[in-house]
Amino acid sequence: MPKWFMPLAGLCAVMFAASPFLIANADYESTMGLVQKIFYYHLPSAWIFLLSAIVCGIASARFLFRGSPRQDRLAYAAAELTVLFGAIVLVTGPLWARKAWGVWWQWDVRLTSSLMGWMVAWAYLLVRKYGGPGSDKLAAGLALFGMANVPFVYVSVNYWRTIHPATTVVPTLPVDMGLALWFSVACFLLLFVLLLRLRVHLEEQRSRLDALYLSLDE
Amino acid sequence: MSFLLRRATETRRHGVSLVGAIGISVLLLCAPLAAQQPQPQPQQQDEFVPVSQLPAQDQLPAAPLLVIAYAFVWLALFAYLVSVARRLSYVQREVERLESDMKRGSRS
Repeated sequence: MPKWFMPLAGLCAVMFAASPFLIANADYESTMGLVQKIFYYHLPSAWIFLLSAIVCGIASARFLFRGSPRQDRLAYAAAELTVLFGAIVLVTGPLWARKAWGVWWQWDVRLTSSLMGWMVAWAYLLVRKYGGPGSDKLAAGLALFGMANVPFVYVSVNYWRTIHPATTVVPTLPVDMGLALWFSVACFLLLFVLLLRLRVHLEEQRSRLDALYLSLDE
Repeated sequence: MSFLLRRATETRRHGVSLVGAIGISVLLLCAPLAAQQPQPQPQQQDEFVPVSQLPAQDQLPAAPLLVIAYAFVWLALFAYLVSVARRLSYVQREVERLESDMKRGSRS
């Protein structure tokens, strides 16, 4: 593992421990009250969910067109993180919606397209695990669809009628709400970089193990 | 005789103090009950009055949802970290084992 990993992991842990204090000090939203504070973890995890789908898509494209195994390892790691952060979004969102909207789930464009993106990431992992020989290329194709879904998820709230808050909410946040949000975004971004590096390291070790098995067979 | 009188007086004193202690205890135990106002009995309803909104005390509380959301995030991240660490330690152990086997094989 690189030298920067452990100091940054310590910094990330401290930042995550500090984030609840900033979130608690932020003002309440006028119509939703206390439950709106789910937003400070929901939105950063949603952005990381989309970012990891993009990373997975770009790495898969480079793997498909250049055949680089390094890019394949990166894509595999990013797909797993897409599932992780997608699960966080899809659990925290309904918990917020139950209080704010009165329902757990609404089949509107934002929620449905997010669920689709998450299922594509799951499909990627399942194909990689059970697809047999050639599944890496098939999964890379799936990752391209997952990446193509990202802009659709992001702009959906601005073009279709939905009760999900629009993207214009973020630039209009007052200072203390904005501070709590951007601090949480920094926490999640740092965590994403660390987890991605750790997960890529696992894939590197697996490749090394496969090479050792092959050399033993020969 | 004076001994019998003294004994009788002590016994009576002990009895009085015991009765006093029980009385004070009963008073202390009953004081909170006595201080409570009699609860008004709910009146029998002969009609139902509709309201468009739930009363405040019946509305869904936000705190449990918030706690569940944050707890889920922390637990999911922690579980994932543990899962990656376990997989990594298994693969590294296996790599070390194979490398030592190969070294032994090349020596022999």
